[in-house]
Amino acid sequence: MPASRFNSFTDYGVGIGLRAPHYHHILSRKPVCDWFEIISENYMIDGGRPLRILDQILEQYRVVQHGVSMYFGSAERPNRDHLRRLKALVQRTKTPWLSDHLCWGSVDGRYTHDLLPMPYTFEAARLTAQKVREVQDYVEVPVAVENVSSYAEYHDSEMTEWEFLNEVVERADCGILLDVNNIYVSSQNHTFDPMDYVNSVPAGRVAQIHIAGHSKYRKYILDTHDHPVIDPVWKLYARAIERIGPTATLLEWDDSIPSFDEVHAEALKANRFLTGAGLAKAG
Amino acid sequence: MKLLALQRRMARAVMAPLTPSERMRRTAPGGRSMHQLAASFIKPNDRLTSFERLEIYNRQYWFRVLSSFAEDFPGLRAILGDRKFDAVAKAYITDCPSRSFTLRNLGSRLPAWLEKHPRFAGSRQKLAVDMTHLEWAEIEAFDGASGPALSAGHLAVAEPAKLRLSLQPHISLLALRYPVDDLLLKVRKEEDTAFASNAFAERRKRKHAAVVARLKPAAIFLAVHCHDESVYFRRLAREEFEILKALRDGKTLQRAIESVMRRSPLAPAERAGMVQHWFHTWASFGWFAARPAPGNRR
Repeated sequence: MPASRFNSFTDYGVGIGLRAPHYHHILSRKPVCDWFEIISENYMIDGGRPLRILDQILEQYRVVQHGVSMYFGSAERPNRDHLRRLKALVQRTKTPWLSDHLCWGSVDGRYTHDLLPMPYTFEAARLTAQKVREVQDYVEVPVAVENVSSYAEYHDSEMTEWEFLNEVVERADCGILLDVNNIYVSSQNHTFDPMDYVNSVPAGRVAQIHIAGHSKYRKYILDTHDHPVIDPVWKLYARAIERIGPTATLLEWDDSIPSFDEVHAEALKANRFLTGAGLAKAG
Repeated sequence: MKLLALQRRMARAVMAPLTPSERMRRTAPGGRSMHQLAASFIKPNDRLTSFERLEIYNRQYWFRVLSSFAEDFPGLRAILGDRKFDAVAKAYITDCPSRSFTLRNLGSRLPAWLEKHPRFAGSRQKLAVDMTHLEWAEIEAFDGASGPALSAGHLAVAEPAKLRLSLQPHISLLALRYPVDDLLLKVRKEEDTAFASNAFAERRKRKHAAVVARLKPAAIFLAVHCHDESVYFRRLAREEFEILKALRDGKTLQRAIESVMRRSPLAPAERAGMVQHWFHTWASFGWFAARPAPGNRR
């Protein structure tokens, strides 16, 4: 969604994830890139080189924060130290919105460092939404929740994943980071039509879109972020843009990372769809 | 099932150790069949049983934490060899799973844990414990806090009887029984030559084993610190180490120096010059931070 309260009324284009192997290229060549997404936890530290690099990036580029361990869906309360550090980073980066996953990953203070799937229950939706609100109130920037790839479903679930996503974001009044690759991966693992998911998302709440590659195994697909985006995922992206309008888009590439130019070129393929949607809107 | 109960059940299964062939165990913690446990809360699909779906998460968990642990402790691996290192990693992470939102802190309890579990390192216990202290200090120095530094000029005009100095929080002071700093630098240097054939990796392992076997005990004192964004291991004289420790413990400058020098074998005529030289060096590295105001300390 271009310029909405869920992205602080910004109008970002196509970005890529800021990754250490690209630091030197970015700082020395200063390539044109609309924006970078950072993994918040990598910079929620007290000092040292990572923060110095981040400050140099911030002098020249727009940065949006993406977290991997807030665990909105964990039954326990948010970790205070985590929140304090996250807010300090928000103040440093001036991120217009921040995102983290609609999942859980810690219990009783023990962390799995994984994005574990939620049971799609009304109890879980209520508790998750409450936590999203709490985080949003604390950090004082809009929060967007991201749908994850999953490999398991629970007997306890009372609704589909997209119904659960809608339930949470309505209750929390928050934005969505729509990951179309994750929708594809989960659709293959759980045998549903990914277009049903894309068509059910409340378009007005989508602050950002993720695209990525994945790895196919004999009996399931794993979300590995180590390949180019495949055509079926581009089709989901095209449909999402058609419904939502031109939206901040980010390519994730986290393993076997190619050169900056290769990653950026892969991300810029999104412009095929964004430009068309922009023209259609203008017309 | 309530959300918390489901999450406890799943986390316990996901964090349970794998079999030696890196598959999910057939017996869950508590003795129940893992097949039954998985089927109690996870749906099967047309390709995977409940057990197999849960196993994906169980394996991902271990691959992730073991890989992070191995990245942080290459020196310990060089000392123990692959087999024993893997055993330490699995036992330690089982006993001390991550309690932080970041994997950076995964190894924070390793030195104390290894001290309490000598059987894992056998005859190399002390050497291994020393190495874990050094490798954890390196992590702390890399991204730890640094405040504005006090200059030598500040120190020169201060009154020693009243002056208390804060060391930069990222600095670790270590009293070790083996010269593990030299060993870790060798290991790191070899890692930097990123040539990854199997033959090369084997040669490297044999070389590490020979270096470790030759390593003799020798008490050393180290400051692990960050300067110009690089982590350094600086060897210290015993007196230097003790003065810095006393300052970190909150003693005034005068008391720190007096209490240490009273027991020093250094000739009295040399002491003043040495102390002056040390302070000049420490200040040049920016090791002293402006002391935080009362009530504003972390």
